Amino acid sequence: MTGYIIYQIILVVAIFTVSLVVALYATYGERKIAAILQDRVGPNRAGPFGILQPFADGIKMFTKEEIIPETANGWLFIIGPCIAMLTACMTGVIIPWGGTFELGGTVYSLQVTDINIGILYLFAVVSFGVYGIMIGGWASNNKFSLLGALRASSQMISYEIAMGMSIIALVMMTGTLSLGEIVKQQDDGYCNFVYQPLGFLIFLICAFAETNRAPFDMAECETELVGGYHTEYSSMKLGFYLFAEYINMFISSAVIVSFYFGGYNFPFQHELGLSGNLLTVIQTIVFFGKIFFFIFFFMWIRWTIPRFRYDQLMKLGWKVLLPLSMANIVITGLVMWLTGKIN
Amino acid sequence: MLTNRSKVVSKKEMSLSERLYLPAIASGLSITFKHIFKKVPTIRYPEQKREIASVYRGQHVLKRDENGAERCTACGLCAVACPAEAITMDAAERKKGEEGLYREEKYASVYEINMLRCIFCGLCEEACPKEAIFLTNRIVDTEYGRNSFIYGKDKLVEKIDARIDVSERQTEKTIEFKKISLAIIICLLLKLRI
Repeated sequence: MTGYIIYQIILVVAIFTVSLVVALYATYGERKIAAILQDRVGPNRAGPFGILQPFADGIKMFTKEEIIPETANGWLFIIGPCIAMLTACMTGVIIPWGGTFELGGTVYSLQVTDINIGILYLFAVVSFGVYGIMIGGWASNNKFSLLGALRASSQMISYEIAMGMSIIALVMMTGTLSLGEIVKQQDDGYCNFVYQPLGFLIFLICAFAETNRAPFDMAECETELVGGYHTEYSSMKLGFYLFAEYINMFISSAVIVSFYFGGYNFPFQHELGLSGNLLTVIQTIVFFGKIFFFIFFFMWIRWTIPRFRYDQLMKLGWKVLLPLSMANIVITGLVMWLTGKIN
Repeated sequence: MLTNRSKVVSKKEMSLSERLYLPAIASGLSITFKHIFKKVPTIRYPEQKREIASVYRGQHVLKRDENGAERCTACGLCAVACPAEAITMDAAERKKGEEGLYREEKYASVYEINMLRCIFCGLCEEACPKEAIFLTNRIVDTEYGRNSFIYGKDKLVEKIDARIDVSERQTEKTIEFKKISLAIIICLLLKLRI
């Protein structure tokens, strides 16, 4: 039992570290990809190819003067970025990062906990994330911050509905709410994307909206709201907000891959005849490869598509994505009934 | 209609594929993707330098004559000519025994150019009657403070053992031109007085 607990603690710390490191280098990647897509060079001064840039940024953030406005609500002002960071890090535990491996006769899983309501947990934590932005915007006592927070919360609430609806079709198909189980079902044959292309599209669009990324970065659009909900923030509190966005991006990429692209599975994995532990290592590498592709896709979209107008955003969320996801549920049900999966 | 480039605005309904957004987004993504393989036109400055003309107007130099004596006599014509008022100087009298250092009896004890004010127009060079100041094709270095941009004689006067070649800017033609224009100006001044 103690061995199990120690293993779990090690795994949690490892996942926490990995998500921080990936988010750290996602900031570098974002700047580099933005530069490449715009025919620029990007950061190239700190270390070879600028790979030490994230650390330079981190040191800069920590050593900057920290300002809490006089009229701000002191406690809430500090709690805001804490919640944003906390919720961003919390979702990592239910994602299956790889298969199982055997060490000294005991089988260990690379998923911290395979709770049977994994998807519900995911949604609970993700919707909790909006509190970080809302509290931050409210506590700043600044009109721009408040408007940014308002936009962020209404946007997140609107898109969460469509997101949940698109997942319902997936849950109907797989018959489980556990992430580990969903990934295991994609073990052989086709990944869920083949059966749920529309659901994937809706989920992807909603994931962009949930992570506050372009083209749905209404909450922090510099051109309209100065900085949005983090206008008044400085130093590492601002850093946490920005950093949470990158962790969210990493986690949503992992979730998208687990839901629709087979998680850690890859084609013909059992035909290779690899031993269990080696297979698990390769699976984890493949999983991260898929995640990195989606992180790249997030950035690729950001530097391609201009921001939506606020009314267009609401129209898209309520009038297009919500009916589409409902139709997706009906179609999924119909197909399942016709193929005799339900009666 | 004069340029034949006017476009008629049409307010027709968008077709289904246009309303779907997705084809447009896909084409946009393909455009940005193509840029990954494009060559970056950036010149990484301190390591890589762009080729500049030999008559480029960069950092100034105060010339010495053939014997190594400073040519500047602190007449102040460059400071008068300077449109940015970047040049200041103090004059001093040459002592006995300093003939090797200064060419004429009067010289500039302090000569300062504020490189932040300077617009590198080259009028100081044109105004100088002693062929003492020239602009060179060196680029002014960046500094951290404003005060370090005020270049004194230590930075401006050329070193005796490291002369700076200005033959590209001081050709026979320019010397000739300077002489003629000086003559014209003197004639004009004389005429005005009369």
